[in-house]
Amino acid sequence: MDSLFTLTPPAAWGAPLLVTALMLPVAALMLAFVLGGRHAERVVLATLPIGLGVAVAIAAAVLHQGATLHYDLGGWAPPLGVSLHADGLSATLLLTTAVVLCAVGLYARADFRVPSGAREARAPLAFWTLLLAVWAGLNAVFLGQDLFNLYVALELLTFAAVPLVCLRGSPQTIAAALRYLLFALLGSVLYLLGGALFYGAYGTLDIALLSARLASGDPIAPAALAAAALMTAGLLAKTALFPLHLWLPPAHAGAPAAGSAVLSALVVKASFFLILRLWFDVMPDPLTHLAAQVLATLGAAAILFGGILALRQARLKMLIAYSTLAQIGYLFLVFPLVASPAAAPALDLVQAPGAWTGGVLQLVSHAFAKAAMFMAAGLIAGALGHDQVRGLGGLGRVLPMTVFAFALAGLSLMGLPPSGGFAAKWLLLSAAIETGQWWWTLVMLAGGLLTGGYLFRVLAPALSTRGPPLTLVKPVERSRELVVLGLALCSVVLGLVPLSSFGLVQIGRLGATGIGLP
Amino acid sequence: MSLALAADAGLALLILGLAVWTTIARTAFGAVIGFMAYGFLVALVWVRLAAVDVALTEAALGSGLTGVLLLGAAARLPRDAAAARPGWGLRLAAGVVSAAVAAGLAAVVLLLPVPGPTLAPVATATLPTLGLGNPVTGVLIAYRAIDTLLESVVLVLALIGLWSLARDEDWGGRPDALRAANPGAALVLLAQVLPPLGLLVGVHLFWTGAIAPGGAFQGGTVLAAMWVLTLVAGLTRPPRVGGRGVRLLLVAGPALFLAIGVAGFWLGGAFLAYPAADAKPLILAIEAALTLSIAVALGLLLAGPPGARE
Repeated sequence: MDSLFTLTPPAAWGAPLLVTALMLPVAALMLAFVLGGRHAERVVLATLPIGLGVAVAIAAAVLHQGATLHYDLGGWAPPLGVSLHADGLSATLLLTTAVVLCAVGLYARADFRVPSGAREARAPLAFWTLLLAVWAGLNAVFLGQDLFNLYVALELLTFAAVPLVCLRGSPQTIAAALRYLLFALLGSVLYLLGGALFYGAYGTLDIALLSARLASGDPIAPAALAAAALMTAGLLAKTALFPLHLWLPPAHAGAPAAGSAVLSALVVKASFFLILRLWFDVMPDPLTHLAAQVLATLGAAAILFGGILALRQARLKMLIAYSTLAQIGYLFLVFPLVASPAAAPALDLVQAPGAWTGGVLQLVSHAFAKAAMFMAAGLIAGALGHDQVRGLGGLGRVLPMTVFAFALAGLSLMGLPPSGGFAAKWLLLSAAIETGQWWWTLVMLAGGLLTGGYLFRVLAPALSTRGPPLTLVKPVERSRELVVLGLALCSVVLGLVPLSSFGLVQIGRLGATGIGLP
Repeated sequence: MSLALAADAGLALLILGLAVWTTIARTAFGAVIGFMAYGFLVALVWVRLAAVDVALTEAALGSGLTGVLLLGAAARLPRDAAAARPGWGLRLAAGVVSAAVAAGLAAVVLLLPVPGPTLAPVATATLPTLGLGNPVTGVLIAYRAIDTLLESVVLVLALIGLWSLARDEDWGGRPDALRAANPGAALVLLAQVLPPLGLLVGVHLFWTGAIAPGGAFQGGTVLAAMWVLTLVAGLTRPPRVGGRGVRLLLVAGPALFLAIGVAGFWLGGAFLAYPAADAKPLILAIEAALTLSIAVALGLLLAGPPGARE
């Protein structure tokens, strides 16, 4: 049963880096907490570039070797022990996380400064330690290869993300955080229940061993079906896919801008990533084909529902939060496009590389664009003293760089060229046509129109030159505008890179997913 | 045999009855009492299933600590909170869905293979190389050490989350939610007599965890309970949340765990590996630090955010 592991060359360089990526934020979290005060911010700002370097090194190691990295923790091989694992997708997401968090860290300095005269203040200490904890949780999710270890990672992420929502301390944000907590805990319980059932039926929690045992033993145990269903339901609640989205808009809109950026760009992607792994790396193909249709139908509903509600929001941050609902929907279209019986009977990525790359590109470009958008909204709200969509007339004349960054990020969300969002949606559209699933193209096009509509509501008045000039309550720091612009540019530049250079996201998946092998 | 069976059936019926009672209880206070009793009975079930470690944890954390938290919450809720109850239709729907899920799960569990696949023999066979006798400790500190390490960080994080709910002007103060307004003489006497005994029990639970049921979480919980008792009686005061000492105590466990894990790169050939010769002393050192950190974290979680009293 251990033969699966001897397949991977043991001499792969860079495997200990996985431990570094996981433990660096944990160590920094403890240090920042003990030192406290102004040191917390310094620890975070010193750790972020190191973490970025580690993520680059992992991506380089995966790309250079063209293979998945493995690390058996404590030297104990699964199933007794727990291992870490980084394929191309994991490496891409580690890198995306590090880039977004670096930007968030620089942006948040102005909002979470300890006031002069005080040794330490509540919100800054909480924010900087929670930021490190979110990072640890995300890295643990992207590196996990064991279903229970991934549960712990999700817990870490939940307990870091929920307090970010109510850092402001107002009753509304505390109510939003509580609602988020209830959804997230329900999700955790369902996930844990699924893990227990998998162990009870197959005696292992390791993803590779579990998938091999599921593939070899037919018929599939009813417990495995129940486990996959429970885990998917739990993870959907954490991802806020329609109709389990109720918690997301107030939570993401209520958090401080830097927190909203982290929650919307990264945290919801972690549970999506686990749904992806569950259905592509654990469950056998025929079931994935079935589940794919259900997941994509919910995704399509989310695209339309989120888009329509975003059109009706009065507040800018609420509009962006509803936009996240819709953009999450696109991610779920990946399932039927990759797992289409017409295109790839054996669920082989050789035949559906476009849809896979498109899905990953959507995930990454949305992360950059949405983080930029929330942070731009934060600058706008700070400068105007409000974030009513109605009161944005003439904003482009007073905050040109912020509005430009917002528009660039919007370009990517709408899927207009040249942007990462365009490349992503183009790949998904072509995959839908190639596999004869034309109905998904209708949803994507309608979603694009809706996105255009709600962004037009913001950009048209902001860019108009009529009306009296706006007066700013507070000036906006140029350095923060530059950070936001940088992230927005990242989401655009992704679309200018030739598609062939996205080979990284395919590594560890090209025809060797470990599933559907006869 | 049949006597044991009858006892188990009685236990199961009692648990079902308590579950129903907790659900339909009219007052929040009644529901919490029902929940605590329910937790203790579930702990008995774990004992019957020969999972003493789980039983200890369920009794200490699932029932005891959670119960105290819920009692505090129930005491603060307004009397007429029942007015906000959902209507009968919604409650009926929730009940039907819950029953359906429970029935489905029961069916799936009954269909699991017997005897189930298990890692227990491998886990037990490898124990001597670690100098341990309790397989649960082996799983928590060696085979799946990463999970325990991350969970101990989650505990610190939970406390940061709780503290973040304080008012800005209270930051740096003491969490004073626990102190009774007027501790009676009996309570003070109890808080003077019980802690020395509890201290012994807590340390024993930690120490014995290497070879028998027990360990850092159970020992830490008992120590936390003793500390909380003295807090309630007003014999001790909780530390200020800004203090560096209390924060060092809170991270001592996970930090030592992480440090020994990193040393494992050189000593044992991998992160979180133990050198064959010195595994047991290192494991005991980690467990000792974890016990301390867990006790402080649990006590402070009960004590609430700083300035909660005013």
